[in-house]
Amino acid sequence: MPQKGYVEISVEGCKGCNLCVLHCPTNCLALNTKDTNSYGLHYAYLAEEDKCIACMNCSVICPDAAITVYKKMAA
Amino acid sequence: MKEGYELIYKRPESLLQTRMHYCPGCFHSTTHKILMEVVDELGIKEKTVGVCPVGCSVFAYDYLDVDMQEAAHGRAAAVATGIKRILPDRVVFSYQGDGDLAAIGTAETLHACNRGENFTFIFINNGIYGMTGGQMAPTTLEGQKTSTSPYGRDPEKVGLPLKMCEIVSQFKRVAFVQRVSFNTPANARKAKKAIKTAFEIQMKKLGTTFIEVASNCPSQWKCTPEESLDWLTNHVFPYYPLGVFKEPPKTKE
Ligand SMILES: Cc1ncc(C[n+]2csc(CCOP(=O)(O)OP(=O)(O)O)c2C)c(N)n1
Ligand code: SF4
Ligand code: SF4
Ligand code: SF4
Repeated sequence: MPQKGYVEISVEGCKGCNLCVLHCPTNCLALNTKDTNSYGLHYAYLAEEDKCIACMNCSVICPDAAITVYKKMAA
Repeated sequence: MKEGYELIYKRPESLLQTRMHYCPGCFHSTTHKILMEVVDELGIKEKTVGVCPVGCSVFAYDYLDVDMQEAAHGRAAAVATGIKRILPDRVVFSYQGDGDLAAIGTAETLHACNRGENFTFIFINNGIYGMTGGQMAPTTLEGQKTSTSPYGRDPEKVGLPLKMCEIVSQFKRVAFVQRVSFNTPANARKAKKAIKTAFEIQMKKLGTTFIEVASNCPSQWKCTPEESLDWLTNHVFPYYPLGVFKEPPKTKE
């Protein structure tokens, strides 16, 4: 079974480049196109948390180091 | 943090919290991040010295929490030479765009490589002058439109794009040369390994180490970050292939 994870994305640190959304293998990220941060930029968020497998593709690709990744500990 | 979860990745300590001024999706940011991850992993923050250029990354010293020195346009290799010769125990890198390293600074670059100066070049090749308005660079691709080549680069008039990895690999005292990119997570992981290898070779004093980032410039390429990845795959990599061009002979540990 794949591991389970979740990510935190800094709203102010995100520039809305969409690269994390493109490279997430489970499509659990999305760009919030209804809201902006204080720089006027749409920001990415974890839209479907149960799909995250803690693969870190998003944090590796994010130019602005806006993503923090967590992994579920073994029970 | 949620209960039952453990932290597996966070922003590197040596990358200051300051918001970087780079455009969304620009690999200058990615390179800064990965560079500082390597510095943290090797535990060399206190002995790393960077030299930043003139170009979009002129303010790199505001983001990288290591000792930094600003150089005049193109002169980063000469400044890095001086620093490394005076402080040979430091890990020294120059951080330069293609206008900086391969146009105004070509002489400094080639002679530092020929002398085998023991520092690491981090060369950001985005094929354009980003900062000054998207003019043609020595690395602009054949036919590529820029503000100073509105009909596309014409090799009959200005020659073909310079392949710096291929050129500097020829120098005997250059130890390690690799071209990397950040267009996919897999390539970003390889890029990190390359920078780490370059620093390790520098610490063994084996000669010049040279990392070229096949980079992007969504703003001056006039496209989205996503489209810039397609441009890299379809146009940049065929002319500027990724990979290792030179490495030290394997020695038995
Ligand atoms: C001596 C000198 N000549 C010209 C300039 C103008 N200038 C500033 S940045 C730049 C080129 C930047 O291009 P590049 O090195 O490719 O970096 P990028 O901005 O694309 O990251 C030029 C020509 C300058 N600042 N100083
Ligand atoms: S860790 Fe992997 S699965 Fe989870 S959001 Fe990031 S890219 Fe998607
Ligand atoms: S890659 Fe980073 S900056 Fe880009 S949208 Fe995702 S979180 Fe935001
Ligand atoms: S102009 Fe180009 S190189 Fe400069 S920060 Fe913007 S995208 Fe990056």
